[in-house]
Amino acid sequence: MIHSLFLINASGDIFLEKHWKSVVSRSVCDYFFEAQERASEPENVPPVIPTPHHYLISVLRHRIYFVAVIQSEVPPLFVIEFLHRVVDTFQDYFGVCTEAAIKDNVVVVYELLEEMLDNGFPLATESNILKELIKPPTILRTMVNTITGSTNVGEQLPTGQLSVVPWRRTGVKYTNNEAYFDVVEEIDVIIDKSGSTITAEIQGVIDACVKLTGMPDLTLSFMNPRLLDDVSFHPCVRFKRWEAERILSFIPPDGNFRLLSYHVSSQNLVAIPVYVKHNITFREGSSQGRFDLTLGPKQTMGKVVESVLVSSQLPRGVLNANLNPSQGTYTFDPVTKLLSWDVGKINPQKLPSLKGTMSLQAGASKPDENPTFNIQFKIQQMAISGLKVNRLDMYGEKYKPFKGIKYMTKAGKFQVRT
Amino acid sequence: MTLSESSDDSVKKSNPREDWPARRGGLRQAEVDTCGVMSSGVGYNDQTGAETAVEAGQETTPTTSSSGAAFGLFSSDFKKNEDLKEMLESNKESLKLEAMKRVVGLISKGKNASELFPAVVKNVASKNIELKKLVYVYLVRYAEEQQDLALLSISTFQRALKDPNQFIRASALRVLSSIRVPIIVPIMMLAIKEAATDLSPYVRKTSAHAIQKLYSLDPDQKEQLIEVIEKLLKDKSTLVAGSVVVAFEEVCPDRIDLIHKNYRKLCNLLVDVEEWGQVVIISMLTRYARTQFTSPWKEDAVFDENNEKTFYDSDSEEKKVPTEAKPYMMDPDHRLLLRNTKPLLQSRNTAVVMSVAQLYWHLAPKHEVSVVTKSLVRLLRSHREVQYIVLQNIATMSIQRKGMFEPYMKSFYVRSTDPTHIKTLKLEILTNLANEANISTILREFQTYVKSQDKTFAAATIQAIGRCATNISEVTDTCLNGLVLLLSNRDETVVAESVVVIKKLLQTQPTQHSEIIKHMAKLFDNITVPMARASILWLMGEYCDRVPKIAPDVLRKMAKTFTTEEDIVKLQTVNLAAKLYLTNSKQTKLLTQYILNLGKYDQNYDIRDRTRFIRQLIVPSEKSGALNKYARRILLAPKPAPVLESAFKDRDRFQLGTLSHSLNVKASGYQELSDWPAVAPDPSVRNVEVIEPVRNSGSGSEEESSEESEKTSSGSGGSSSGSEKSSSDSESEQRQKKKTKKRTRKPAASDRYAREQMLPVSPASSSPVGGHLRQHSTPSVSNIPNLVSPLIPVTSPSFGPVKTYELLHHMTGKGLAAKYHFPRQPCLYQPSMVSVQVILTNNSDHVLEEIHIGERSPAGLNVHCFNTIERLEPGASVTVSMGVDFSDSTQAANFQLCTKEDQFGVSIQPAVGELLMPFTMTEADFNREQSEI
Repeated sequence: MIHSLFLINASGDIFLEKHWKSVVSRSVCDYFFEAQERASEPENVPPVIPTPHHYLISVLRHRIYFVAVIQSEVPPLFVIEFLHRVVDTFQDYFGVCTEAAIKDNVVVVYELLEEMLDNGFPLATESNILKELIKPPTILRTMVNTITGSTNVGEQLPTGQLSVVPWRRTGVKYTNNEAYFDVVEEIDVIIDKSGSTITAEIQGVIDACVKLTGMPDLTLSFMNPRLLDDVSFHPCVRFKRWEAERILSFIPPDGNFRLLSYHVSSQNLVAIPVYVKHNITFREGSSQGRFDLTLGPKQTMGKVVESVLVSSQLPRGVLNANLNPSQGTYTFDPVTKLLSWDVGKINPQKLPSLKGTMSLQAGASKPDENPTFNIQFKIQQMAISGLKVNRLDMYGEKYKPFKGIKYMTKAGKFQVRT
Repeated sequence: MTLSESSDDSVKKSNPREDWPARRGGLRQAEVDTCGVMSSGVGYNDQTGAETAVEAGQETTPTTSSSGAAFGLFSSDFKKNEDLKEMLESNKESLKLEAMKRVVGLISKGKNASELFPAVVKNVASKNIELKKLVYVYLVRYAEEQQDLALLSISTFQRALKDPNQFIRASALRVLSSIRVPIIVPIMMLAIKEAATDLSPYVRKTSAHAIQKLYSLDPDQKEQLIEVIEKLLKDKSTLVAGSVVVAFEEVCPDRIDLIHKNYRKLCNLLVDVEEWGQVVIISMLTRYARTQFTSPWKEDAVFDENNEKTFYDSDSEEKKVPTEAKPYMMDPDHRLLLRNTKPLLQSRNTAVVMSVAQLYWHLAPKHEVSVVTKSLVRLLRSHREVQYIVLQNIATMSIQRKGMFEPYMKSFYVRSTDPTHIKTLKLEILTNLANEANISTILREFQTYVKSQDKTFAAATIQAIGRCATNISEVTDTCLNGLVLLLSNRDETVVAESVVVIKKLLQTQPTQHSEIIKHMAKLFDNITVPMARASILWLMGEYCDRVPKIAPDVLRKMAKTFTTEEDIVKLQTVNLAAKLYLTNSKQTKLLTQYILNLGKYDQNYDIRDRTRFIRQLIVPSEKSGALNKYARRILLAPKPAPVLESAFKDRDRFQLGTLSHSLNVKASGYQELSDWPAVAPDPSVRNVEVIEPVRNSGSGSEEESSEESEKTSSGSGGSSSGSEKSSSDSESEQRQKKKTKKRTRKPAASDRYAREQMLPVSPASSSPVGGHLRQHSTPSVSNIPNLVSPLIPVTSPSFGPVKTYELLHHMTGKGLAAKYHFPRQPCLYQPSMVSVQVILTNNSDHVLEEIHIGERSPAGLNVHCFNTIERLEPGASVTVSMGVDFSDSTQAANFQLCTKEDQFGVSIQPAVGELLMPFTMTEADFNREQSEI
């Protein structure tokens, strides 16, 4: 299926190649470079590119293109999903997935890729299994390895792959047994010029960090499971029990994993935690434009809106912006026309604002379009949908684990059109 | 820079505080590492010399170092390999490992490290696992280039294939099969066959992968590989299922008959198969279902035929199949597939969700398809690339079924941060979803998009507005007015696109729109985009009777600028001139002549050609002939309005979710989805005999083999969830046992009959029937009837390895050798016979002809002969099966094995155990039965 993989950095250098079948020449990437040249933005490179003898399927993450070469019909999502899984694995192993990290760990990367695909078909993609096969590099281990000459490759061959729960490694032992769950919700909104909400959706995930000894069998129940409209599970979740009782019952993988991602039905009214007042005008004939932006909290249930960041692509005609923030700092890049304002917390008593003028190209007519504002924020200890975890129980093991649940709401794609 | 300074790596590492120039040398070496080819001769050397000169120029000592550096570099590269070689050949494990790591680094950069092959391959048998793995990486990469040397490693793998550790066996097979050296094909074949029957499902999975590798190396092995695939398809392990289906798809996707027996098992196992396997199995089952079941859509056709006709092009063919009198009943197997795939919509793997969605799209009754909508919309939250593919598929779906996605319309609203191709796809979907009810919302949304900073996207929006305007007649005028307003937009692409779309709209509505045409004529001077200019010119020509005063003036302007225009504009100018010449020749005759003259000498042959054609057509002359009379009717014929339709209109010819669909081009290896059959093929082919582990209860020597066979089957069935069926069956088996125990033998057997008849028996597998027949006769004649209780039924052959006996040695047989064994299967031919398999091998150097069975003794011996073998090539062997009625005695059966020239007397002497039927029983049962003897 997947013939070869090329890793290409932002400047267009192929810095790693791996072949699972016979070798495909690097020159196949020329077609990719062609497409890259045609695309105005790095994200605009089409994910699927046909060439005379091969097909290139690529994903762009962390400013690295992962280009898979395939030769015959295969579901493109299959390849895309796999490539993303590769990136996730690298991130898991090296902390970051950058060119430098990959180059530094090229041997581990190669070992990983070798295990993840056999003849182009995914073999082991579960992080638990991979970590048993190839231990992630740490500073300590590198030192020990250099001194003792031992290796990264697991001496013990993984048993998980053969068990009924392939995602969990066997023989897990912890002194502190703990299970943490993060309920993170993202709110996607489009607000139009007049301030009315065009669309609003809530997407959530439950990320877990489970460090429990042995083979624990967990159940997680919600106070209000009806909120969850559409869900997708980690393979460990027993689907039948969810269907019947709306309970998440599972034997967790060891370590970090995403237990569940869900979508809150759009029938429910979505509370929008911030509002934006804006007044951006360009006058015909003058080379000045007025800029006035104020943010305020709304429906936050008493929680603080923090880490607020506003960014916007100003029209091409804007030469410079001379603005005055009431709090935080702003930057304007005259080349990319990207304005970003790091607001920080929103204080309901003293609303943050950004006011000032924009200078336009002299003589040019006023821009047709008004900018769109993208807003990011975080609200701790609140799930905006109102989802609440009821309880977490553990079966199958004797000890009493420490359990923790954290809620958080973030802005997803939160856009305000002006 | 001198030779000595360009030190090798190890020295540098040990001595970091070396002086500056040496460090520079090291630096340069690293630079060359990233940009150059290693030690590939003079040309390379020159090149790097120049490069390093440039780099060195930035440093302190420019001139002296350049040539020296180049030389130094060359030698250091050379030396570097030398040192790698030494390291690899050293005794120290750590040095070897270090060297291999560097070699892997070289490979990853795409550099040639093939000259190290001999040094590397020696380490293949290393005890250090990491070293070994790196050597494997190297081997797989370079074995193709160094075939002879690669053979050195083969014996290591062959040894490892026998290792007690399943992972070592598996990895040995993985590497062995990845070495693309044609000579080892037979070895690979053998290894695959062996691994396919391995006790470990992991090894069997690896063998399934190896099948594809061998197939791509040597397609001639197809037949043998299909046999292995057939065997592996029967495997009950979830681990194997995905991989073997991949092999099936690669090697023999057309052998749909292999799937029949495994269909239900695959459906039941599906949820537990690993996610990547799920994708492959689902798409294979989609194809399978389209050949085996009748269309579930017929029913719908009765209700909304009218609707469907417009939406479903592909389906209308099926609809024409005369509706059967009886109502449609979905095959239970069809339902099984739909039911078992549905939970997978909740998978975290986007590819799995997509493949279930396409399965529902292609297989489910129309009213059930919408269950996939939510999940597909969920995928839109995923990465950009995933969005792209999913949106493409939704676009195709939304053309046929607006209703499916209409409630989720807002999920397709465009965000300013989306990449352009995502934006255009969303636009496409919104346009597809537009109807009378929601058009105002959509148009309001479009208004925002038109103002977008992304001009390509703004242009696409204008196209979309045009499509909405033609599709929904209520809004045509509103849209047209909106578009006219856009004509005064500052951005040229927007204006140009508007012109093009307005042109199309005017054409669909040839009512009184002369105002708009006039307006566009005014704009003409300011528009530079060729397509827009051409569109205006065409409009002028087409509707020149509406703007009689303006059109000639535009032509006059064009005559002035003709030579500087784009080709497309020139062509339209010629058209305009021709049309005006016909309608208003008084004013435009000279202008037309002038333009035609310019066109005659144009550089572009299309324009010269068009000019020549137009001149002949419109200007009367002797040569122009009959067409001249019809010039007016030809040029000013009413033209059908262009239909503005989705770019995804014709994509439904491809299976959704495939690469071909994504590219809208048939990709290599694409398997067409067949139309539903008018009449469903026999559904009974999917009925499966439950295969149970069988224990032989004959002599003690067989005990061992039966134990092993049990192990195999429990190993494969153990982890599967699909064991439900078999367990329930074994339950009934238990009951059966209890029942039969109280009875006498014969009724028991007939009882068994009855049950057997109730079970659906496929025609293909007649063996069990035969088995019971024979069993029926066994007790009556057996000399030692009580040794084994024949009450417990047997349904399947034994798995145990079989001892082979010599029938005819090739020395006595003049080259013909024969061996036989008892497959311990029920005999197909007659119930009272014991089946015997004979392997005939031609060890001579000539072809043996007409091998058959001749005279037999005792005279009454009842033998079912194999068919005469016409030809047996030298070296070839053939396995035939025959049936012999030993009359339940251990007396030997003697007969003659004849070739065309010779006859050889042979005899088969059965052991007592071979005359009995094998069957399964637990140890407890056995003891109980034994105690009853």
